Amino acid sequence: MSKRQLLVIGNGMVGQRFLEELVDLEHDFQVTVFCEESRPAYDRVQLSAWFSGATAEDLALGSVEFFEQHGIRFLCDEAVVSIDRDARVATGSKGSSFPYDVLVLATGSYPFVPPIAGSDRDACHVYRTIEDLEAIRASAASSRRGVVIGGGLLGLEAAKALKDLGLDTHVVEFAPRLMAVQLDATGGEMLRSKISALGVTVHTGKATQRIEDGSKHRHRLVFAEDELETDLVLFSAGIRPRDQLARDCGIEVGERGGVVVDDQCRTSDPAIFAIGEVALWQNRTYGLVAPGYDMARKLAAQLCGDTGALFTGADMSTKLKLLGVEVGSIGMAQGGAPDYRVCAIEDASSGVYKKLVLSEDGKRLLGAVLVGDTSDYDTLLQYTLNALDLPESPISLIAPASGDKPMLGVDALPATAQICSCNNVSKGDICGAISAGCTTIGALKKDTRASSTCGGCATLVKQVLDAELKTQGIEINNDLCEHFAYTRQGLYHLVRVNSIRSFAELLTLYGRGKGCEICKPAVASILASCWNDYVLDPRHVGLQDTNDNFLANLQKDGSYSVVPRVPGGEITPDKLLVLAQVAQKYDLYTKITGGQRIDLFGARVDQLPAIWRDLVDAGFESGHAYGKSLRTVKSCVGSSWCRYGVQDSVSMAIYIEERYRGLRSPHKLKMAVSGCTRECAEAQSKDVGIIATEQGWNLYVCGNGGMRPRHAELFASDLDDQTLIRYIDRFLMFYIQTADRLQRTSVWRDNLEGGLAYLQDVVINDSLGIADELEVQMQSVIDTYVCEWKRTIEDPEALKRFRPFLNDDQPDEQIIYVRERGQKRPARADEKLEKSADVLLETV
Amino acid sequence: MKNTSQWVEIGAVDDLIPGTGAAVRIQGKQIAVFRTDDGLFALDNRDPFSDANVLSRGLTGDIAGRLVVASPVYKQHFCLRTGECLEDDQHKVQSYPVDIRDGRVFVSASEEV
Repeated sequence: MSKRQLLVIGNGMVGQRFLEELVDLEHDFQVTVFCEESRPAYDRVQLSAWFSGATAEDLALGSVEFFEQHGIRFLCDEAVVSIDRDARVATGSKGSSFPYDVLVLATGSYPFVPPIAGSDRDACHVYRTIEDLEAIRASAASSRRGVVIGGGLLGLEAAKALKDLGLDTHVVEFAPRLMAVQLDATGGEMLRSKISALGVTVHTGKATQRIEDGSKHRHRLVFAEDELETDLVLFSAGIRPRDQLARDCGIEVGERGGVVVDDQCRTSDPAIFAIGEVALWQNRTYGLVAPGYDMARKLAAQLCGDTGALFTGADMSTKLKLLGVEVGSIGMAQGGAPDYRVCAIEDASSGVYKKLVLSEDGKRLLGAVLVGDTSDYDTLLQYTLNALDLPESPISLIAPASGDKPMLGVDALPATAQICSCNNVSKGDICGAISAGCTTIGALKKDTRASSTCGGCATLVKQVLDAELKTQGIEINNDLCEHFAYTRQGLYHLVRVNSIRSFAELLTLYGRGKGCEICKPAVASILASCWNDYVLDPRHVGLQDTNDNFLANLQKDGSYSVVPRVPGGEITPDKLLVLAQVAQKYDLYTKITGGQRIDLFGARVDQLPAIWRDLVDAGFESGHAYGKSLRTVKSCVGSSWCRYGVQDSVSMAIYIEERYRGLRSPHKLKMAVSGCTRECAEAQSKDVGIIATEQGWNLYVCGNGGMRPRHAELFASDLDDQTLIRYIDRFLMFYIQTADRLQRTSVWRDNLEGGLAYLQDVVINDSLGIADELEVQMQSVIDTYVCEWKRTIEDPEALKRFRPFLNDDQPDEQIIYVRERGQKRPARADEKLEKSADVLLETV
Repeated sequence: MKNTSQWVEIGAVDDLIPGTGAAVRIQGKQIAVFRTDDGLFALDNRDPFSDANVLSRGLTGDIAGRLVVASPVYKQHFCLRTGECLEDDQHKVQSYPVDIRDGRVFVSASEEV
């Protein structure tokens, strides 16, 4: 018997989830997927992350490998243009016919653009696909101001994107308040004032009548009473189901759009189903991903024979951070039950508003609105979803933190409690996965999908994990190595608090054995971060890793490369000449680095002091290319020369490089400063990236290049010089204090519970009360900076180690070079063997 | 046959900084000498994995009770007493006897320990 043909039209988040659910079950379909876009499904929920660094790959949900692995025919760039229901044949946009037994519509929705004259002008965009984002970015490059039309959830997300692009951002909303669906009037007003304080101008109760040529900006939006000029317009006025295909073939659709489905997600044609945003269930469509995922799961189960898998509606609660403002909406946020009671707190000074909607008897929580502080969201949601009995005084659930706040510990939750609503993961599911060996958040995410969509339940998942591990008596080993039963963070604190100045002292007090090549450099780095002693001091020299050991970078043949510091990449011709002369004198292979410096290769260990004597005499300093420490601060020429620059990026880069030079850290640190939003210094690929704005500086953190490239994320906007430096001081010191050994800032950030928001809280809001301390510690490192090479060449004891042999001054005869393109390079093994001595080049 | 007649003086103990190694040349051969809390040790200076003369610049320590030096190039561990590579028994470096007399260090570069 040939397989039944299943066509899935649409490869968005829900269409993809349907396929994933299906392949997990035993099915007998030949599956064909139509994907209208040029790439498989990606995460639209996280779309705004694209502007703060995530790439299309980061957002990807589907992959060609997935389709291949499961024998799914994946048709990219192809839509379905018509369905012949009698013949059960669909016609693709490339003209081919596709017979089907079962057809699933997962066509999603399209952004609604209000019928306004001029809405099709240049630089007027919608916000739905990665292509849209690319177009927005392109328009933004020639824009100063951007307006989002629509002040709902998506509109505010889009506003964040415009702000991240450095535009003067405005939001225009037709309704009298923001997020009219999720918030009540007070909540909307609170959100408005918070967002306004962040520099986004909010206009409510304004209907755009037309868009025409502006005088100062590209466009002019004309309202009933006044007008607003802008360079870029982003429509985010809601979405509409993409039901045209269903309409065309006569399937029942709702009055206001949407393909009518029953609990089985079946349309009026029994062979055709609809899931996700295109489906209209009990006269409502769902614009959130969680209900779509639920439909996908239920439909897959049904098609595989589970007739009991029915879609029974979905919870529309949501928690998110819009432009940095926490917003939560649970259940019947605006009331709506026949009889209900309300209790609320409103604190205009801190910008916090919390409202509870209670059942008539006050025993059940029907809904809630949270603005400015969503820390109670998880608890409140559990009360609503699981219909738990409320405490006697429900207001205590949202009262400002005090000792007697009733705690709903995760232990109190039943196993059926839904923890992750996006993926319908219960506490029982999570505990099961933990028992099966998932003992980290990462493993749990992968196994159960909990917290893998919106991430809102991350804290709760972590709590369940911790509690369950404790219950099951599982211990996790975070020991640095066999010599120290501590994490790097633990050791850092021991060193700092007990004023420990040497490895021997630390090992005696807190370790065992002799140490190894893991703990010795790690402790050396901690000691250097804390006390900034000379790294080649006899107490420390035996701890230094390969490169720190001789203050140069070891190459494959045992020779070293030398990188003098060139702050900000700015160098005078005279100094450039010195580098050329030194390279010539010692016959060093010369290459420009990616960090705007010059790398001189092929120095034998015994040549290093002489090379550095020449360099130090000419005013060069160590570039610390060998250390887990600040490398370079790359810069563009900025406002001094560039027609587009808005700040002096070179001066800032030099200042920062000189401020943090020599700072030892858990891993290498790279920074960059760009003088405008064009970002020529590639600051968004650095641990610390700074991009000039008209008002000051935008600070990006936790990016990196290398094997797993990672875009930095916007940390704070429009900072003045002092605030910028203060934040960087705190950020770096907090990283140094708490990161694991060899952990780049990006991985560190990912492992911080609470992620970027937590980091912002610590650094910007000083939530741990350690900001002053961090700054003092940083200042102490800065004040004790000494160029390690200057110090070394003046220290006869330190120089003894650079002798080629203890008992012989002849250099290593096995370091042999050949010439290539006018410079030397290490001879390969075959060249060493084959060539006779006369073609080999001995460096003297 | 144990040959102990080729002891060569290579310098003073104090020329070696505790916890570090240094290269010496004995009859044209490059040897790494390490000073640890457990005494002095000598191995070939040549790292068989990188073919570079660098073992003297490795970090010393102990792994599961064995005194080792970690190659600074690719970080394999070599036993300071035997020269065995902990990660790969196909590779071994030569170890050499070391002796201290009156504060002077002597290494025997004979092929056998």
